[in-house]
Amino acid sequence: MAAWCMMARHRGDLLGLRSALSDRLLPVLVGAMSFLAALALGGALACANLAQSWQGDTAAALTIQIPQPADPDAGNDGTRLAAVQRALAANHDVQDATVLTTAEMNRLIAPWIGGDAASLGLALPAIITAQWAGSGSSDALAAQLQQLSPGTVIRTGAIWAQRVATLTTSLQGCALAVLLIVALVAAAVVAVATRSGLAQLRDTIEIVHGLGALEADIATRFAGRATWLALAGALGGTVLAAPVLAWLAWLASPFTGPAHPASLFNLPPALLALLPLLPACAALIGWSTAQITVRGWLRRLP
Amino acid sequence: MIRFDDVWLRYHHAARDGEAEALRAVSFEIEEGGFRWLTGPSGAGKTSLLKLIYLAEHPARGRIEILNTRANRLTRRDAALLRRRIGVVYQDFRLLPQLDAYDNVALPMRLARRGEAQVKADVTEILRWVGLAHRMHARPDELSGGEQQRIAIARAVVARPRLLVADEPTGNLDDEQAQRLMLLITALNKLGTTVVVATHNAALVEHYPFPRLSLENGRLVHDG
Ligand SMILES: Nc1ncnc2c1ncn2[C@@H]1O[C@H](COP(=O)(O)OP(=O)(O)OP(=O)(O)O)[C@@H](O)[C@H]1O
Ligand SMILES: [Mg+2]
Repeated sequence: MAAWCMMARHRGDLLGLRSALSDRLLPVLVGAMSFLAALALGGALACANLAQSWQGDTAAALTIQIPQPADPDAGNDGTRLAAVQRALAANHDVQDATVLTTAEMNRLIAPWIGGDAASLGLALPAIITAQWAGSGSSDALAAQLQQLSPGTVIRTGAIWAQRVATLTTSLQGCALAVLLIVALVAAAVVAVATRSGLAQLRDTIEIVHGLGALEADIATRFAGRATWLALAGALGGTVLAAPVLAWLAWLASPFTGPAHPASLFNLPPALLALLPLLPACAALIGWSTAQITVRGWLRRLP
Repeated sequence: MIRFDDVWLRYHHAARDGEAEALRAVSFEIEEGGFRWLTGPSGAGKTSLLKLIYLAEHPARGRIEILNTRANRLTRRDAALLRRRIGVVYQDFRLLPQLDAYDNVALPMRLARRGEAQVKADVTEILRWVGLAHRMHARPDELSGGEQQRIAIARAVVARPRLLVADEPTGNLDDEQAQRLMLLITALNKLGTTVVVATHNAALVEHYPFPRLSLENGRLVHDG
């Protein structure tokens, strides 16, 4: 470290940076940027988590609809329902196949026709729900069931899963754009604050420059101060964002898993790992922006 | 040591009507350990010439050698390092307002990374020399013009520069202080420091008959 940096530590603020690079506006603005960045980061990770759990569930869900389930099947070995059940049981890719009971059926259709479906004499299909554990598509199974019991339909969640994936990607793109903009604004804030500090200290800098101070030393003094202010602001912003994130996570918990009380410890571990990086990034932005700004400005001196 | 070869200086913001050049075709040489008065009427270009010597301006044309180094070819870092070997007393002092007298004088030594023990010894001694040891903790705005000038002089010589450049160093001093200052400068000169002093003080020039560079209207009209 440069001699006069060390001297400044002994003797306080040599250039008068403490007043020229004020400890108010810069940390507050950088803090606000970090707050936004933390929310964007939380949003991006929440999207990823939601997408992952939804995609898993939705893509794997199979719903099999068997019209006239009590009719004999194609081979005349029993009812269509029994034939389909046997086929599902024999298929290793199908798990948890369950026939909906009459009560469950009634509950499903009650909003539309009300009361007891059987009493209306409707010919209701049988419905089997299952999970698809296979890696490929379920088209072959659909063809097999169609043969056993004409009219049987399989619905899978694959198409929905794909839509969710697309939505997630675009949301994550938005979050990334927010992070980028927030970083650029933070850099601009540091640059403007540094330039105003330079303007205030113009005479002082010209004097130490005339005495032979190295430009790297001058830039390093500014960068040190800017780094400290950006770091302090970003720490504040991130710490303020943490409880907000915990609250948002709690709001979203019905979609993501069992409801926990709102607490920092229920934030996704990835987010907890990434949050401390925000102040580090802010410090880096402060350091590099101040260095570039000061070195550029010093070019005007002889 | 110092060598000017057909040097021209033009200020960027100078008026365009005719006399745009502050220095025109200036050539001279100062030997190692030499002493020169720099004289001439106000506006003749004395400060401009000194600025070229202490690397605060670049010539529009010509070749400049300072401390046996080609000034035009320096990297910015080397220019900074060369500046550390040149002591400058500015016409307007240029003390750092937020530092007290002691720290102002200590600045060049600390830039040169001298140890604090040596800084203390040398700064205290030089402050005694300029008669301001008792004012070492005063800030520039608490000092009179003459006192500020003496602090500026102390700062210029404290790091024992190879070259001392002084612009009107006696401008704000009474006769006794001016004599005292000349004693200090001639002592440094005897120890090998090359010295250039710009002044209006004819009595001083007469009292110390060193060779003289004289400027008029940006041209060197006398050398010797
Ligand atoms: N920064 C500048 N920009 C434009 N013109 C300048 C600048 N500094 C000096 N000049 C002009 O250059 C000429 C020489 O100025 P300089 O300061 O060198 O004179 P000087 O001999 O030191 O005068 P004085 O004895 O009054 O200090 C003057 O005409 C002045 O107006
Ligand atoms: Mg002058």
